[in-house]
Amino acid sequence: MPTELQSRKRSSVRPRSGGLGLEVERVSLTYPPSRHRRDAGVHALADVSLHATPGELLAVVGPSGCGKSTLLELICGLRAPDAGSIECAPAVLMPQRDLLLPWLSALDNAALALRIAGLSRGHARERAYLLFAELGLERFEHARPHELSGGMRQRVAFLRTLLAGKPLLCLDEPFGALDAITRSEMQEWLAGALAREPRTVVLVTHDVEEAVLLADRVVVLSRRPGRVVAELDVGMPRASGVGGAVRIRTRTDPEVLALRERALRALRTGGRAGSHEDT
Amino acid sequence: MKTREPGTTHARMSARSGVRARSNVLAPLGLVAGLLGAWECYADFAGVEEDLLPAPHAVAVALWNNGALVWRNFAVTAEQVVLGLALALTTGFALAVAIHLFPLLRRAVYPLAVGSQAIPIPVIGVLLVFWWGFGIFPKLVVIALICFFPVVVGTVDGLAAVDPEQPKLLRTLDASRWQAFRFAELPAALPAALSGARIALAVGVIGAFIAETSTPSSAAYAGLGHEIVTDAGGFQTARAYAATAVLFAFAIACFYALALAERKLVPWKTRARGETT
Repeated sequence: MPTELQSRKRSSVRPRSGGLGLEVERVSLTYPPSRHRRDAGVHALADVSLHATPGELLAVVGPSGCGKSTLLELICGLRAPDAGSIECAPAVLMPQRDLLLPWLSALDNAALALRIAGLSRGHARERAYLLFAELGLERFEHARPHELSGGMRQRVAFLRTLLAGKPLLCLDEPFGALDAITRSEMQEWLAGALAREPRTVVLVTHDVEEAVLLADRVVVLSRRPGRVVAELDVGMPRASGVGGAVRIRTRTDPEVLALRERALRALRTGGRAGSHEDT
Repeated sequence: MKTREPGTTHARMSARSGVRARSNVLAPLGLVAGLLGAWECYADFAGVEEDLLPAPHAVAVALWNNGALVWRNFAVTAEQVVLGLALALTTGFALAVAIHLFPLLRRAVYPLAVGSQAIPIPVIGVLLVFWWGFGIFPKLVVIALICFFPVVVGTVDGLAAVDPEQPKLLRTLDASRWQAFRFAELPAALPAALSGARIALAVGVIGAFIAETSTPSSAAYAGLGHEIVTDAGGFQTARAYAATAVLFAFAIACFYALALAERKLVPWKTRARGETT
């Protein structure tokens, strides 16, 4: 783990510039064989191309283990691809588990990136508090993570991601561990938060409905090795009525149902082809 | 959103903790009283020589009659224990951090650190005095040598126990190696380091005894250990036991002082476990 931190190597194919969205061109990655797994290496991603324009929310859906998390690690510069190129604005990762630091309050956890950027504790808290207030968390700033519910913890983790101040957010199954009711609350909250704080977002999820509810575009990946098997334009505004009550799409909208069906079909056929290759 | 309401939780906890606090004090006191009673009966009725095992009341009398002497020696020993432990904690912690940051060092230093625990102190006692004189410092070195190891082990394990995903997150937040250490690894290691410190503390007092009896010193740095050895050899058994009782109580006091410090230093840990010690 220390070595992972020490070697801050960035992919050579990755110029960083401000106005970019995301361009992933024909990226492949195979994990080297490991002594523990006793295999010939895991082929995680095969020839994946993605793009997102600035401000767009791109959802990536796929079955478990299809390399979705790997894709985000590549975009965040935590790994270099074997082949292909990635061009994107500076990206920040919101990992699957919230990874809040148990000794810090919710406010200090959210302000972590600001502390790392060199702000004093007081200034970092002030700036984080503004966002807490804006996104409706102002009563929780002093709570320690173990005092918060799963949904609240994810909100704090999302605020920490926002406050990193990077134009591209990589969200790795942010609501995967939540119960269905909390999850749908969180989806609404996220849509509202992004309406107030617009960013380019890559949202990885295995929940097709979530992808269709939240995204501008949905990319469907196959089973391992992950390949793009479908790309769906949602073609509806994400959230309307910014400011007061934010209304997002609902799961019973006919367009949402139709898109969900198309994505599921792509997932099924792509999945079958993928599993066929595996065996 | 369901969060525990802070107010009600605390109210409930304080109502329960009143009862718990009382039983926390009563249980050990009751046990001590019972053991002392049994010891008293055994010494009085089994016909044990007083030079072999003095009865508790005889020890109490010896303590009362030699209060000034015992207190003077205790002050010497207590200073050694506190300073020696401080030396053990700082060197142990620094060594652990170095081992964590430089994996090569771990391979080089760890076996030696383990081996150091097997050194019989009398072998090096005279050498230490030859180097640093008859003052307090050689004794501190002995105490540190006896106590530093659990601090190293605890801290190294604690530093390595950070969630393996955490470095990835910190890197995308642009944290430097130092910041990852400062914001994540160091606080995460604190509870384990303090557990190591507890073990160090438990052996710190006997460490001072070993230090006093294995390094020659001027009278000013003799301490309780020196007194106990002299008394036990000079048929002053009751006084040796009185001095021992003082060391006994001091070790317990040190332990609870650390527990208090722990509550201040790692509140997120102690509160989550609901621990009182």
